[in-house]
Amino acid sequence: MAAVAHEAHGHHDSHGHHDAHGHHEENFVSKYIFSQDHKMISKQFLLTAIFMGIVAMLLSILFRVQLAWPGESSNFLSFFLGEEWAPGGVLKEDMYLGLVTIHGTIMVFFLLTGGLSGTFSNLLIPLQLGARDMASGFLNMLSYWMFFLSSILMLVSLFVESGPAMAGWTVYPPLSALPQAVSGSGLGMTLWLFSMAIFIASSLIGSLNYIVTVLNLRTTGMKMTRMPLTIWAFFITAILGVLSFPVLLSAALLLIMDRMAGTSFYLSDIIVGGEMLTNHGGSPILYQHLFWFLGHPEVYIVLLPALGLSSEIISTNSRKPIFGYRAMIGSMLAIGFLSFIVWAHHMFVTGMNPFLGSVFVFTTLLIAIPSAVKVFNYLTTLWKGSIVFTPAMLFAVGLVSTFITGGVTGIILADAALDIAVHDTYFVVAHFHVVMGLSAVFGMFAGVYHWFPKMYGRMMNNRLGYVHFWLTIISGYGVFLPMHFVGIAGAPRRYYDYSVYGDFDADTFVMIMDLNMIITVFAILGSIAQGIFLFNFFYSIYRGTVAPQNPWNSNTLEWTTPVEHVHGNWPGELPTVHRWPYDYSKPGSDVDFIPQTVALAEGEEEH
Amino acid sequence: MGSKLIALLVIVLGVIAIAQLVRVYELSNKLRNRGEHEISSRDNFVNARLMFIFMVALFASFIYLMFRFGWTGRGEAASVHGKGMDWLMDLNLIIIIAVFFLTNSLLFLFAYKYVKRPGVAAFYYPHNNKLELLWTVVPACVLAVIIILGLKSWNDTTNTAKDDSIRVELFSKQFDWTARYAGDDNKLGRFDYKLTTDNNELALMTTNTIDSAIYAMENGASGIKALEAKLNDRTIMLIPEDRQKMEDDLSRKTRLIRLLHQMRARHNDKIDAMAWDDIIQKDTLYLCVNKEYEFNFRSKDVIHSAFFPYFRAQMNTVPGMTTRFKFTPDVTTADMRERVKNDKFNYSLLCNKICGGAHYKMKMIVVVLSETEYKSWMTAKKKQTFRDTYFASAAAPAVQAPVAADTLAVKVDTLAVAKK
Repeated sequence: MAAVAHEAHGHHDSHGHHDAHGHHEENFVSKYIFSQDHKMISKQFLLTAIFMGIVAMLLSILFRVQLAWPGESSNFLSFFLGEEWAPGGVLKEDMYLGLVTIHGTIMVFFLLTGGLSGTFSNLLIPLQLGARDMASGFLNMLSYWMFFLSSILMLVSLFVESGPAMAGWTVYPPLSALPQAVSGSGLGMTLWLFSMAIFIASSLIGSLNYIVTVLNLRTTGMKMTRMPLTIWAFFITAILGVLSFPVLLSAALLLIMDRMAGTSFYLSDIIVGGEMLTNHGGSPILYQHLFWFLGHPEVYIVLLPALGLSSEIISTNSRKPIFGYRAMIGSMLAIGFLSFIVWAHHMFVTGMNPFLGSVFVFTTLLIAIPSAVKVFNYLTTLWKGSIVFTPAMLFAVGLVSTFITGGVTGIILADAALDIAVHDTYFVVAHFHVVMGLSAVFGMFAGVYHWFPKMYGRMMNNRLGYVHFWLTIISGYGVFLPMHFVGIAGAPRRYYDYSVYGDFDADTFVMIMDLNMIITVFAILGSIAQGIFLFNFFYSIYRGTVAPQNPWNSNTLEWTTPVEHVHGNWPGELPTVHRWPYDYSKPGSDVDFIPQTVALAEGEEEH
Repeated sequence: MGSKLIALLVIVLGVIAIAQLVRVYELSNKLRNRGEHEISSRDNFVNARLMFIFMVALFASFIYLMFRFGWTGRGEAASVHGKGMDWLMDLNLIIIIAVFFLTNSLLFLFAYKYVKRPGVAAFYYPHNNKLELLWTVVPACVLAVIIILGLKSWNDTTNTAKDDSIRVELFSKQFDWTARYAGDDNKLGRFDYKLTTDNNELALMTTNTIDSAIYAMENGASGIKALEAKLNDRTIMLIPEDRQKMEDDLSRKTRLIRLLHQMRARHNDKIDAMAWDDIIQKDTLYLCVNKEYEFNFRSKDVIHSAFFPYFRAQMNTVPGMTTRFKFTPDVTTADMRERVKNDKFNYSLLCNKICGGAHYKMKMIVVVLSETEYKSWMTAKKKQTFRDTYFASAAAPAVQAPVAADTLAVKVDTLAVAKK
């Protein structure tokens, strides 16, 4: 296997020197900008995603201010949006929808798909498998730059005169197809679609690269069953992406054609803005099927990498093997498979045949089983451990908590009969934010804190990490716990304000207003807490204390590489793997960890 | 401006202060010769205790919120199927809240209890098939119960309505609702969006409405003839965009008029009666208690969603297709007002699918009447069937009338053009 890896490595143009020290001869552009080195590309993904994340978080604060204090003039709003979109400091209705839409799009795709998978798959797949680099460094670079281009297009769409896309992050037609229906469906929506098309291409190229690398470039002894769970998670994620993203591309292309070429894939019998359209025979439901065929696997594309990262972190910091390694792999495979046959649970009340609904109730609720297995395995890993609370470990524990909390509410939403009452209410918003906005983001933070020494060769400050974690989990639950109650009261999502309730149900109105205020206050607190993270991150890149080679006493291969990055990862021979990565506190060993490169002792059994 | 400057100053000073603190902390670490990767046992214990405190705070706030707000807004369901659904919802909530408490407690307590202690090694415990089987099978059994009960309730709610249930159509457009009762025959008249005219907003299909739609499209103010006249008139200067727009409009209308003529040729005037006795109702939807209603939903422009929170009913309205939902309201508005102790309370129909800027304002008040009240309301309403309102509207007493009105409109139009 090592020979194969070596050979593949030798074929890289940029690695033509064969010498691991070749990187000294690189110029600025090829090292920092058009780099083909997976470690640099991973950092590029991370920084772009952090920037996009800040933008999306800011957008959410803007509309949260409107929800908490509707109609009140705010300097904060007029500062960011100006007279055009917030005349007199009061947010415009259309822009409210624009903010909601772009917040969702950036968070789901750019932060949690591009950012999470892009950063950590790139960083860890070669390092934890013992490969010199990705299978194709060039495609990897292409993947990042397409991601960058799509990010730029998405940001540009915020600044066009008619406003950004305003049809919600799911951009259901006909609203998204008809500029007469909402101003954002003009140029803003066009940019959204082109941005997403490029994003999908980027994601596909990346995913194919990850799959090929995992299958072909594992070092000697790195059997599939000895791979760390992180790699399993990235591997399954990449497969999901390859199978589902093309379907989103087709949905987007058909929408582009409906908008620009006069086709009727999604449009039928419409009169809008006094104009009688001739489109006939299309179905908006078709779009929803195509969208959610990606949309649901997407949730796991977001979540699985986070679960993979936290498996690794929890095991390392509990100083215990992950409980049920094979069950963990099995449950990830099961989740991955099931994620393809549950998409229509987003569509119970679209007018889809109710019988179809029943099938999707069944398949969707099945996902709870592998998810439960994962949770209990995490709990058992913590049990009788010797837990070290690094900031990464705190975030990993936070992830398990929010995964539980967000998971159980999914049971209500998956049950079609109950979904009728809470569909498209804040209950849904709370549910998917706890799972994606907290769980997956916690996974990402955990990953950043844990692998920061590997990325930048320095340590992040722990104390600031602690403050960051505690403020984040408090404000996270502070935002989303009350939001469940707003939702269960039936408050619809994407409402600019709830004044409409004043006419017929004053009690509910008062409650919604009270809770919305609490939610916004916590949201502001939470965003300030992220300032601490940003400070810590950038300060530590330049001034952090220099990291030792294996700061967390971890078993996986990335910690056998030198702190200083070298092209090809290992200065000499590639490491050889003799055991699984979870031999922590194994009886009969003097130290509480045995790296994968250590040969089995005489008479020692592999787990 | 001053406040912005101060805010900026505070932020900058804050960052500097944190940087200094971090410096001090790092220097003290250096003095003690401890790396940042070595977590002191004090830090470990502090975080372990915080885990415990956080758990207590999380549970306490959850319980507080549950008792304070758990039932607000939901109230008691006001429909027959809604009562069963509420029972199921409560059962599911009990299950998931139990799981929430159980697993979160285990998580935080383990995190608290098994914090690293000097001299205590972790327990090497890689797997146990029996345990794993246990937490595969137990959730599976619980889920089986949830699935079976859920599907039963779903089937009851969504199976087809009884033949004698009252047919009502809810028509949605940006940004309001219109109801249409099926009238004496309990059959909703047919419709086609191409028949939409000023006095036939719901595009109902009768011989008359087809004729007048054809007439309006050919001879109306911006009808085919007017457009052709304008486009061919060499005395009018048109900016290219306007010309393009008018040409597009014309080509669209020529396509539509062909379809309208086909419709006219195929039309069977026996179905006219189905539409003529329909009753159109805006602003408030009146329902009769304990009667089953089958709602047919339609949309004129984009997707909306008809959401009746108190009846536990929801269905999207989709342009190009008809969707359906049935329910039986079983508590009158008057009774519900007593129960919630609020004499201004009303049921409502909200739009629950993003549909444009004023999405949040798109609602209709729903009033459930007792049978006698409903009958007397209906009797009054039957004096204003679609036939009555259609012919009463001044613009269109008969097919011939719009001719006059429209020629007038064309004249005014040419006048305006001439002035330019």
